[in-house]
Amino acid sequence: MQPPAEHVHWLFATGFLLLGLCLLAEAVVGTEVWRQRAWRAYLWPGLAFGLGVFMWPVMTFFTNSTIHMIAHGAWAEVLMAAGAVELALVRGKIHSPWWQLAMAAALAVSGSALLVHEQNAWFFQRSSFLHHLLGWTVLVAAVVPLVRCVRPRSQVAATAFALTFIFIAVSLYCDRDVAPVFGHISPLAGPPHR
Amino acid sequence: MNAELVSELDAPRQRTARARFVTALGPLTALAGAIWAIVQPYRITLLHPHGQGFWWLFVEPPLLVIVVGLFFYFAIVPGLLADMEEDRATSR
Repeated sequence: MQPPAEHVHWLFATGFLLLGLCLLAEAVVGTEVWRQRAWRAYLWPGLAFGLGVFMWPVMTFFTNSTIHMIAHGAWAEVLMAAGAVELALVRGKIHSPWWQLAMAAALAVSGSALLVHEQNAWFFQRSSFLHHLLGWTVLVAAVVPLVRCVRPRSQVAATAFALTFIFIAVSLYCDRDVAPVFGHISPLAGPPHR
Repeated sequence: MNAELVSELDAPRQRTARARFVTALGPLTALAGAIWAIVQPYRITLLHPHGQGFWWLFVEPPLLVIVVGLFFYFAIVPGLLADMEEDRATSR
């Protein structure tokens, strides 16, 4: 009953897409309006925390290599930590905008983990290429929460943050087994998969 | 010439544009999923279910995108629009 790796990516993509849409709506309407209802205020931190929780089964069951397990474990920890910090911020337990550094750390660790655990430089192969693309994107996107520490009310930073998650979702949806991404550049790409 | 009248007229128009944008997010997402399904029908395994396992029948990426768009439109947007309207009314 263990799902293929690509299906796990697609399920996570669905969570990230919903997360991205919520963050984009919050960026457009403003945080004050978005947080007028408690369930909406807790939606984004809850989803981030939940995605971190679901990373643990991924770490446990997808044991391709030690580096895979370490990377997925690190992801689970930083996503849960960042989600918990966001929950505490929404709840009012902590107030400093510098707590956003937890999200910056989460993105930096996630980006590094994506790059480290994809050891194949097979850019002709879809999942390998996407891991590199996602890794660098997420690593660069770690700058956005840093900007939000300095300018917590910046609409541009909030929109960039939301679009980061939508980009992650689209990239994860593109992940398909060993399908070629740039045509048949190399014979190692093998027969095209659906 | 009264500059105040101009600013009073601008504010609601901006809010309406924001409301329209938020309202369009869900349907646009669902539309993207529908277009994806048409462009790559082989990614919907339900169309050719014979011999497929549980996960290939359960996880259908284009349909998931449509579901997310519809969920956002029907579950999140109505309350958000009501709160935007309320916020606009109190700030008048």
